[in-house]
Formats: sequence, structure tokens, C-alpha cells
Amino acid sequence: MSYAGFKTLFPKSDLIGFAVLAVILVIVLPLAVDIFRLNLIGKYLTYAFVAVGLVLCWGSGGILSLGQGVFFGLGGYGMAMFLKLEASSPENTAIQSTPGIPDFMDWNQLTELPWFWEPFHSLTFTVLAIVLVPSLFAYIIGVAMFKRRVGGVYFAIITQAVAAILTILIIGQQGYTGGVNGITDLRTLNGWDIRSDEAKYIFYFLCVFLLFVCLGVAQYVRKSKLGRLLVAMREMEDRVRFSGYDVSNFKIFVFCLGAAFAAVGGAMFTLQVGFMSPTLVGIVPSIEMVIFCAVGGRLSILGAVYGALVVNWAKTTLSESFPELWLFAMGALFIAVVMAFPNGLAGLYSKYCEPYIKQKLKSFRAGRGGDVMAEGVAHERQ
Amino acid sequence: MSASNTDFVLAVEGLTVSFDGFKAVNDLSFYVDKNEIRVIVGPNGAGKTTVLDLICGRTKATDGSIKFRNRELTKMKEHQIVRAGVGRKFQTPSIYGDLSVFENLEISFPRGRSVFGALVFKRDAEVLQRVDEIADMIFLKDLLHTPAELLSHGQKQWLEIGMLLIQDPELLMLDEPVAGMSVAERRQTADLLRRITRDRSVIVIEHDMQFVAEIADKVTVLHQGKILAEGSAEEVKKDEKVIEVYLGH
Amino acid sequence: MFADYSTSELMSIFAMQGFAGLILFSVFVLMALGLAIIFGQMGVINMAHGEFMILGAYVTYLTSNVFADYMPSLFGSYFFIAMILAFIAAGALGMFVEWALIRHLYKRPLDTLLATWGLSLILQQIYRSVFGAREVGVTLPDWLMGSIQLTDIVEVPINGIFVMSLAITISLIVAILMYKSRWGIQVRSVVQNRPMAGAVGINTARVDRLTFGLGCGIAGVAGSAFTMIGSTGPTSGQLYIVDTFLVVVFGGAQSLLGTIASAFTISQAQSTMEFFLSGSMSKVLTLLFVVGILMLRPQGLFSLKVRR
Repeated sequence: MSYAGFKTLFPKSDLIGFAVLAVILVIVLPLAVDIFRLNLIGKYLTYAFVAVGLVLCWGSGGILSLGQGVFFGLGGYGMAMFLKLEASSPENTAIQSTPGIPDFMDWNQLTELPWFWEPFHSLTFTVLAIVLVPSLFAYIIGVAMFKRRVGGVYFAIITQAVAAILTILIIGQQGYTGGVNGITDLRTLNGWDIRSDEAKYIFYFLCVFLLFVCLGVAQYVRKSKLGRLLVAMREMEDRVRFSGYDVSNFKIFVFCLGAAFAAVGGAMFTLQVGFMSPTLVGIVPSIEMVIFCAVGGRLSILGAVYGALVVNWAKTTLSESFPELWLFAMGALFIAVVMAFPNGLAGLYSKYCEPYIKQKLKSFRAGRGGDVMAEGVAHERQ
Repeated sequence: MSASNTDFVLAVEGLTVSFDGFKAVNDLSFYVDKNEIRVIVGPNGAGKTTVLDLICGRTKATDGSIKFRNRELTKMKEHQIVRAGVGRKFQTPSIYGDLSVFENLEISFPRGRSVFGALVFKRDAEVLQRVDEIADMIFLKDLLHTPAELLSHGQKQWLEIGMLLIQDPELLMLDEPVAGMSVAERRQTADLLRRITRDRSVIVIEHDMQFVAEIADKVTVLHQGKILAEGSAEEVKKDEKVIEVYLGH
Repeated sequence: MFADYSTSELMSIFAMQGFAGLILFSVFVLMALGLAIIFGQMGVINMAHGEFMILGAYVTYLTSNVFADYMPSLFGSYFFIAMILAFIAAGALGMFVEWALIRHLYKRPLDTLLATWGLSLILQQIYRSVFGAREVGVTLPDWLMGSIQLTDIVEVPINGIFVMSLAITISLIVAILMYKSRWGIQVRSVVQNRPMAGAVGINTARVDRLTFGLGCGIAGVAGSAFTMIGSTGPTSGQLYIVDTFLVVVFGGAQSLLGTIASAFTISQAQSTMEFFLSGSMSKVLTLLFVVGILMLRPQGLFSLKVRR
């Protein structure tokens, strides 16, 4: 990519924002906290994938999906199926009445592996399926809805219904899915123990890396004409249509992209947390993912990452010490983010912090000449 | 019902649309010539906007045919109709307030209209030059980087006209382009319209009879979804049926 | 799935499941009526609607306890008092919520959705703090117990018939309110043209508040009815919200008749299938069916083709 192209893709302020986030995630946090906490942060970051996708769909395009848990879950289950098959080798499961199949199948009197589990013996297939299956599913929903011009609240409600359907299905079909407990007791990846501290470090950095890949893709989309078209569609859909665009195709694209992001997050969740269950698929987790995005700022992809981190950190802290307060706080957060600061943390930052920092920086520069460090530190609060 | 092929740019024949039995447009036929400026007038509820909606595919016709350069439009999707060369301006200015004037025009530039095309679209010299050209024409050259929502009402109307011009449509449809404009803006707009209509056909909906007389080649008077009169502005003004409809109640 | 049963058995099964479905139908109708009024008439998505219903259920539970402790002789009639109290409590809370929250969010439907979801979380936690996490049930008065034996297999529970007549009565009252009363005309005129309605002297803010209150009040009555078929817990309402939304959307949001018809279709489909399949599969199939139909006909079953 040419230098000019790079400058359009990452204007100075965005570049600094990316750099600060990278420093925090790659250097500061791994040095500052122990592996247990870092693993937790890694788990929070998997929700950031969903939130970044929602910034594109909802923030830019005005398409609110209340079913992102579906795609998070599909990605996570894909990964879990591979790991579960590896954990259920005939030697490990010799005490079952049918050795070689996952334990929950044995408990549910299944005697052979269902056909759709078979391909998940292959890691290559699994990795492809993690991205492609949710994208394909999103494509089908997208075509069915957007081609018929279903949008706004109708789309939100129907995606919510899809989340409900999938959850009920997973819970109901215990023999095939592990039911309400989900797929648990995952041990190794190609013979490598995923529960060791070493593995947790590696997964954390993998997660950060993949998150930056997604952020890069999201940044590219937002800076391309497609990004501006999404904003245009959100504001005046008819005008876009009567400028010669097939509006539905753009909505389908961004919905699929959001689904793919969510699926990668889901797979990373399985790897870092060690299980996948329907509690991450249903209506409640799906709508919570929206709030991560809203708290960070529905228009800012970096804000979405901070939103996912902050809300989940608060959730863990509050529910550890004051479990009954957590729902109040969460409820208040929903209301506050809608009523008081619709652009979330990113909005607060650009409204209050940025002018202040610029002011300080100006006087600082006037005094001693420019210093990039000050700007970098200031940006941490973004 | 399918119309025969003609030399007209637009041939509307037997066009009917009914909303739960109410016929908003009833067996309407008219023809627009190459480079003609046609003005549609009529009292409120006469079906003027509905006719434009039907031509650009926003509303589906119950019956009848609309042929644009001998291509049937009633079966086509909105974006296909636009790509065929029909541009339409809405009654209230429809622009993208969060985007700058430049971006508004750039989005309307007819290239990169597929998902992939939009992803790899580049602002090259051709785009920049064309946006400049159009911005100059619609009096917004100095405001290229202003967010569109900060424009005045009249400027927004011009911007939307500019967004159509950049697509260089063969048939341009304008729904009340001078509504809500100041006298000075009206004069500028009339001037603008005269310049942009040199090599294309235009359909304009307008109430202001003075403005109509200034620009129209031919006037069609609609009343209750049907044509009441058709002819030059002078002829139409003298028509007794027209006088009755406009002044009789 | 029908092969194992004889024709007469099948008829009886359908009849029995049909009557069982009628109770579900009644709860759906009452929930959906309130939601349809709020969504269809005001364009507000109330995700806390289930919690308003549960408020009604808790009020019913409290009333029954008060009657049992202090006026055991009048216990047979507590349900009517409870219904009225449930309506008042849920309606009053609804009007308060409209004042504090909803009125700031008109024209932002997706935001009302998120804000009312937040409200629902808060209400759930309040219920949990006040009534405890355990589900509570009410004792039915004697005259609502038992059932009427129609044939050997088919029997109809009396409380089911009662709940259904309640649902029908309330639907009729709402229909009369909306289409015959002066207030209904005001509501509909505000829906169609808010500035004009304001200009001719309708207090649109007051109409909004009352409409929202009425919708929530009906949800409270739905809660009373709900106590007869299930036990009440802090999160019981959340289970119904998606179904109820689908009922409203499926019926065509503007149409009360559509709401009733779609509540009937969905509850009957679910109840009938439940006999042959597991509960979860019948629910999945019902929801899939509704979502499928909505993809074919996004405007719902009963909506008019209108000029845009």
C-alpha cells in the first residue's frame, strides 16, 4: 500500500488510537496482571469482536441485530466440537458404553457420532467452518430480510427470535449438542494442553492479534466508499436506492461481516475459557453484546473494544462483591447510555477529553516543542 | 397492457395504481420528447408525486406501461431504473446530513455501485474533477467540505439536484424544486434548470405558475389521477376546466 | 406422527390440546393487546412488558395472601379485586415510566428497545429483592378448581374457561375504547398526525401517557391471569416477551383483530404440536413458522396496503 493510501486509511488520530490500544493490550496488561486475570481479559476481548461488528452494522449502517449471540455461539460451538472430539478419543472414553464419542452423547444413548460432527475431526475444516458457517447463516437471514426490506425494529425482533430458537434447539437436542451444560471438559488442541498457563498466554496474544485483524478490516470498510454508503443508508435509504445502489446487498454484506467477526470471537472464547454453552447464545447475552458496543460508543470501533473491556470488568467486579447490585447497574447502564450519552465513551472522550488534551498539548508545545509521548498517554483514556 | 415502441424518451400508457380501491392514478397516458421540459401541475392529491413514484419504481403500478427509451420500467427494480438513466429528486431535500457536500456528490458518482466496487472505489482525478464541476454548477463550490446538514434549505435542494446531475441521467424528475426557496434562490434555480436541461428530458412538478411559465415546454394538468388538460403554459391557463378545478372550490 | 392414533383418538387429542392452548391464547392475547397498543399506536418497543405482567402477577399473589389472612370468608372473590389492583398498579407504573423515560425517546424505536430492556433488568432485580428468587404460586378459590368432563378423554379446566372469557371481555373493551370512544379517536389521530392533533387541541403528551398506561395496565391483568397457569418468579416475564412480540408483529402491528387472530394461531399450533413432539421442538417449529411467514409477508397478516 502506498504511503498516501495508508494516510487515508489511518489518519493521525486513528493511528494514535490504534497504537495506544496495541500498547495497552500487548505490553501493559500482560505485564501488569497475573495469568488468571489476563485470561479473564482475553475472555472480555472475545466480546469485543462482536462489539466491533455491531459498530459496523448498527452504528454505521443502522441495522440493530439482537441475535449476535447466534454467530458468537456458532463460532464457539465449531471450535468446541473439534476440541471435544479430540478429548473423546477411544482411550479417554473407554469406560463409556460406546467409546470414542463425546460423553454427553453416550449419556443420551447415542451409539454413533452424528454426521454433522464427522468433519470436525479436521482442524482445517473446523477453522473454515468457524468463519463460513455463521457467515452463510447470516447471509441467508440477510437475504430473506433485507431483500424484502425488513429493517429497523422488525429486524431486531426477528434476530432476537432467531437467538431464542437456536437456544431452545441447543438445549432441547442434548444428545447432539450437550444440552444446557454445553460442550465442556475440553483438554487438548492437536495434543497440546490448552489448560496450561503457557497456552493461556498464547491464546491471549492470538486473540489480540485476531482482534487487530478485525479492527483493521473494520477500519478499511469504514474508510472505503462502502463505509460512507452505510452512513448514507442509515440517514436516507431511499436516496441511496435512487442513486442506483441495490441497498439490500450492502446490508447483507455488513451483516455477514459482523457475523464473521462474532464467530471468530466465539471460537476464541472456547479456546480461552474452555467450554461453550447455550448461555452465550440466547437473547440475554445477545442484547448484552449490544450494550458493550453502546457503552464504548456505537460509532467508534476502538470505543467498542474499550466498552467490552469496561462493562465486563465491571460485571466481574460487581458480581463478585455485590451480586444483587449488578442487574441494577446493568439496567441503569442501558438507560443511561440511551438517554444521557448516546455516543458512549468515545463520544464523551471526543466531547470533553480531546479539546482539553489539544489545549494542553498546544501550550506544552509552545513551551518546549512537540512531544509525542504526552499525546500517547493522554489517548489512553479513550 | 403493453405499449408499442415509440421515438419518445418516456411513454406512459394506461397507467393505473390503486390503494385499496382508491385509484390515485387512473388510466394515465402521456409522452415526453427528447430534450423536452414537461411540467406537471395539479391541486393537492391529484396524483403528481405518485406518477413520479411509479416511473422511478418506488410504487408498483396496478396496470399499464411505462417505457423509457422503449424499455419497460414497471418490471424493473429501483436501482436498475436509475442505472438505465432516470434520476429523481424528492419533494423534501433528501441528502446525507452527516456527510460532507463532497461525500454526498461522490456517493452519487456512478461508479463502484456493487459491494465489491464500493470497497475498492478510489478517489481518482476523474471523480475529483467531476465533483468540482458539479459543485460549481450548483453554487456550492466553496462549501465542499461542509457537513451537508449545515446547508440552508435552498442549498440542500441544489445539492440534491447536483447529486442527480453527477449521474448524467437522460430523464430527470424534480418534485417541487423551488418549494421553500427565497426569491433570489428561485431565480438562481430557474437559471440552473435552464442550463442543466439542455441535453436531457425533464419532468418537473411545480405549483408556482409564474415559474412554470418560465421553464415549461409543455404543461400537463392532473386532477384526481387523470389528465385534465395538456398543452403550452398559455393554453393551459386559459382552459376552462383547469380554471374551474383551481378556482372553483 | 399421526399414524399411531385412531381417528377418534386424534379428534379427542386435538380437542383437548385445543382447549389447553386456549389458556395460552388468553395470556398471549392479554399480553399482546397491551404491547400492540404501545407498539402499534405509539411505535415504542417495550421490552419491559413482561415485567409489567409479572407486577400484575405479584399483586395478585399479595392480594390472595391478604384475603387468606384477613378475610377468608371473602376468599372466593379475591381474584376480581386482584385484577383491578393489578391493572391500577401496572398502569400507574407504566404512566410513571412513560413520564420518566419513554417520552424522551419518541422517534427512536431502537433506543426505546434498549432503554426498556434496561428497565426490565432493574424491575427483575427489584422483584428478586422484594419477593425473593423463588417462584411463588397462588391458591385458586374453590369455584375455579376442577374441570368439566366433555367426553371420556376431553376435559376442560374451569379456570381456563374463566381466563378465556376474561381475555375476550378485555379485548372487547379495548376495541370499544379504541374505535368508539372519544379517547380512542384522540389516540388514533395522534398516531396519524401528531402536529395536527396537537394543533386542534388534543393534549398529545397526555394521550401518550394514558395509552402507555393502558397498555401496561392490560399487561398487569395478563399477570393476574398468568397466576392461574404458572408460578410467578422474577424472570417469568422475560420468557414471554419474544413470543408476544412475534404475536404482535405476525398479526400486523396496527390491527387489534390481527393480534387476536395471530395469538390464536400461534398458541394453537404450539399446544397441538406439544402433544406429538417435545415441548422445546414444538416451540422451535412454531417460532420458525412465524419467522418464515414474516419473511414472506413482513407487514404481518392483517395490514392494509397504504400509500407511502
